[in-house]
Amino acid sequence: MLTSIKNECAIVGIGMTEISKNSGRSELQLAAECVLTAIKDAGLEPKDVDGIAGFTLDHVDEIEVARAVGIPELKFISRMPHGGGQPMGLVQQAVMAISTGVCKTVVGYRAMNGRSGARYSSGVADGAETADKISWGWYTPYGLLTPTGWCAMNTQRYMYEYGATNAGLAEIAVTQRAYANNNPNAIFYGSPITFEDYHNAPYIVEPLRLYDCCIETDGGAAFVVTSAERAKDMPHPPAMIRGAAQGVAFDQEVITSYYRDNITFLPEYDLVAKQCYAQSGLGPDDLDAAIIYDAFTSIVLFQLESFGFCKRGEAHEWVQGGTLGIDGRLPTNTHGGLLSEGYIHGLNGLCEAVRLLRGTSVNQPKKNIENMLVSSGAGMPTSAMIIGKM
Amino acid sequence: MPKALRMRPVIGHDNRPWWDRIDEGELPIQRCCSCGTLRHPPRPMCWKCQSLESEYINASGKGIVYSYVVVHKPAVPGYEYPLAVGLIELEEGTRIVSNIVGINPEDIEIGMPVEVSIDAVDDEMNLPLFRPASR
Ligand SMILES: [Zn+2]
Repeated sequence: MLTSIKNECAIVGIGMTEISKNSGRSELQLAAECVLTAIKDAGLEPKDVDGIAGFTLDHVDEIEVARAVGIPELKFISRMPHGGGQPMGLVQQAVMAISTGVCKTVVGYRAMNGRSGARYSSGVADGAETADKISWGWYTPYGLLTPTGWCAMNTQRYMYEYGATNAGLAEIAVTQRAYANNNPNAIFYGSPITFEDYHNAPYIVEPLRLYDCCIETDGGAAFVVTSAERAKDMPHPPAMIRGAAQGVAFDQEVITSYYRDNITFLPEYDLVAKQCYAQSGLGPDDLDAAIIYDAFTSIVLFQLESFGFCKRGEAHEWVQGGTLGIDGRLPTNTHGGLLSEGYIHGLNGLCEAVRLLRGTSVNQPKKNIENMLVSSGAGMPTSAMIIGKM
Repeated sequence: MPKALRMRPVIGHDNRPWWDRIDEGELPIQRCCSCGTLRHPPRPMCWKCQSLESEYINASGKGIVYSYVVVHKPAVPGYEYPLAVGLIELEEGTRIVSNIVGINPEDIEIGMPVEVSIDAVDDEMNLPLFRPASR
């Protein structure tokens, strides 16, 4: 019997559409394009795929993708809830399905007209009586309507308890914009910002300013996972999956878990960190780079602490002075991240992680990237993975 | 054109008793009949002892600002900006999200004492709002 998922499977293909403010085509077309690109990148044909994993929030059904791309048979279909919390949950689903023999090769995807279509910044709406709709009703009458607002609440308390200023947040925003400045596929390609720009920008929801918040974009991203055995014969060096985990913690809400004793950290991240390290046999000192989910700058701090790169309450200082830059201790979000490349619910970050292991990032650090962390959205049921070279 | 209103909460089995008490001018907290655990937001089962029996007590309405945010964007019709939203820790121990009113948002501080009043925010909806405590 399989006792660990470590190195059982690998990511062998990645595919993305361009990222834009108006794709000019359907979400189904975006999905079909990125899925096909990922399959071709793996040196495969649609007929070689027999499993598929997606998001419950995706408007594009897996059968629509299969029909469009011409995947003749699917033995495994899976959808993960909670949007940005689960991109690495998709990877975990793929690994479990493949390593148990349920199927051979899984494609995962996310396609969204997140700018020209339905926008997350427009907030949650009224509707039928369901448990989650009732939950929104504790926030919406008071005007706490958007992910920025929900996340700002934890951020404010963190800053208060640890005496943090916006300096660490500014460092993250400016560093990632510098990465995007070199990335032709980034919305903010050729558009750097200074620390002064950061501090002069208006508040969206205090204490978060404009550049603390990710952008909304159109685009699609996909990946292909297969067994380590098959991965050896693929055109690109495989990204070996050393660990992949999901986590839901006590009294979990969707970004509004305000009723826990301590709201300055997110225990769901502790839970996925513990699992990823146990599965991989690695620790934070073994990780050479990271893709850290950055819908907002402050959630990067929470994750750096949960994954043990620094102590609780110290990340706002730890990041300062270039720690996350290309020559720093932990090059992070080298594509520009959700803040500055684009927002495809973390799957664009997964693609960048694979590029870093292949050595093909536009912001490739000089040092060897042997192992790295890829995480998912904050404050909700979340997920993460550790990948590395074969 | 009619004035835009704040978003309504969706009301169902699990929260109707809470909102009914708001309309009666009280700030309720759900309490487990079996083990006495207070919980907010309300839910149908006690996470501690799994009892399905619950009742509501009236909170004193006094608390402190545990955290807060000031919303600037997006400006949604029905609300006035900048909009202060607080996470209030009640003296009974539970926390509740609400607006902090009667104070310039710039003067709000974590830890400051606040007290509730149940206010009609329009013709159809009452909300518990918090303002600096009169001491
Ligand atoms: Zn109980």
